[in-house]
Amino acid sequence: MYRGNHLITMPNYPTHLIACHECDLLQREIDLPLGGEAHCPRCGAMLYRSSPGTLDNTLAFALAAALLLVIANAYPILGIDIQGNTNATHLFGAVRYLWNHEMHLLSVLVGVTTMIIPALEIAMMLYLLLPLRLSIVPAGTPFILRTLHSIKPWGMIEVFMLGILVSLVKLKDDAAIIPGVALWSFGGLTLMLAAVASSFNPRDVWHKIGTESGREQQHE
Amino acid sequence: MSNLWITAAEQGLCSCHVCGLLSKSHQANLSGFCPRCGNRLHLRKNDSVVRCWAFLISAYILYIPANLLTIMETGSLFKHRKDTIMSGVVHLWKTGFEGIAAIVFIASIMVPLFKLIVLTLLLVSVQRRSMWLIRQRTWLYRVVELVGRWSMLDIYVVTILAAVVQIQSLATVTAGPGAIAFGAVVVLTMFSALYFDPRLIWDPLQKKRTT
Ligand SMILES: [Zn+2]
Repeated sequence: MYRGNHLITMPNYPTHLIACHECDLLQREIDLPLGGEAHCPRCGAMLYRSSPGTLDNTLAFALAAALLLVIANAYPILGIDIQGNTNATHLFGAVRYLWNHEMHLLSVLVGVTTMIIPALEIAMMLYLLLPLRLSIVPAGTPFILRTLHSIKPWGMIEVFMLGILVSLVKLKDDAAIIPGVALWSFGGLTLMLAAVASSFNPRDVWHKIGTESGREQQHE
Repeated sequence: MSNLWITAAEQGLCSCHVCGLLSKSHQANLSGFCPRCGNRLHLRKNDSVVRCWAFLISAYILYIPANLLTIMETGSLFKHRKDTIMSGVVHLWKTGFEGIAAIVFIASIMVPLFKLIVLTLLLVSVQRRSMWLIRQRTWLYRVVELVGRWSMLDIYVVTILAAVVQIQSLATVTAGPGAIAFGAVVVLTMFSALYFDPRLIWDPLQKKRTT
């Protein structure tokens, strides 16, 4: 952990200045060793980090996440068997069930947080990462990064995964449980999304854009 | 020592909360967009306190039906029960699922209550320009942001159970109206936390020095 370099006198390098997003303290950006984190010296907020993962890692995690997301939505999560009567559910089936039973708000809430936002997140990551892998900054990158930033709190796959586990425990005394393929896929998806989040560093992309536009200005 | 801290706002600089770029705030006030990412710039989040209160008060109102109304109805050949959030936790505990009962208790009862109390405390202290335990209040804000999403747990459990336990007369589970109110409380408190600007906690320090 590295403490941000706080400047008492006004600095000469305005471009390397940043403000803490939690307490607005003005400080100078310092270079970090791989995997290091810069923290605000006043409030302790994590300012930025240097991610140990390479673009290849992030891309691999994102591709795996995309594959798992498709499987998780295509197969049943779990089924039950009570005296020979069976029933199983897909995630979409569960969302549709709520909708058909006059629980529209709930249905939308579950559908958005477990299907739409995670799908959008992964799609946008791939749209960004694939061209970046070829050293091309794709069109609309600022828009994509901005959207990723604002939808992030609403993707809740990991909470949903815990919900599946709690449901399994609640059911296990009353019914025989038939685990579905999606059960494992959601587990994998949770891991892959965490891996993408920890290896993807939007700051690197912003810096890339910064230099790109700087170069354009030089050419003009 | 704290008297030597310089904030961006004092220097007329405004940082973009999406990409982190610092811009001159007098320019930002006119055009209002970050030159790098195009996000709307604010010295402090717009009407932060008012918006937080609006979401928080709505959350308080819905918190009552969320806890009093049925969240899940379970029916089988032999028994029929209606559970509120609390009775569901108690039932889990009594039937031998202490671990799960503890998880659900934390996610569905402790976390929402914690969020309501902390957000109220933060808003009141910011409005009074309090200098009391500034670091600790910043830390509380971080915890609220971190744990808020986990309250969705019960909503997902009800969704999964309602969809899977549908075996005609043998066993059925239905989501109750409490689930809608509870989901709304989770969403409203998340919005409230998102609109809160933690820099407001620190601002009284700077103002005191200039006067
Ligand atoms: Zn800080």
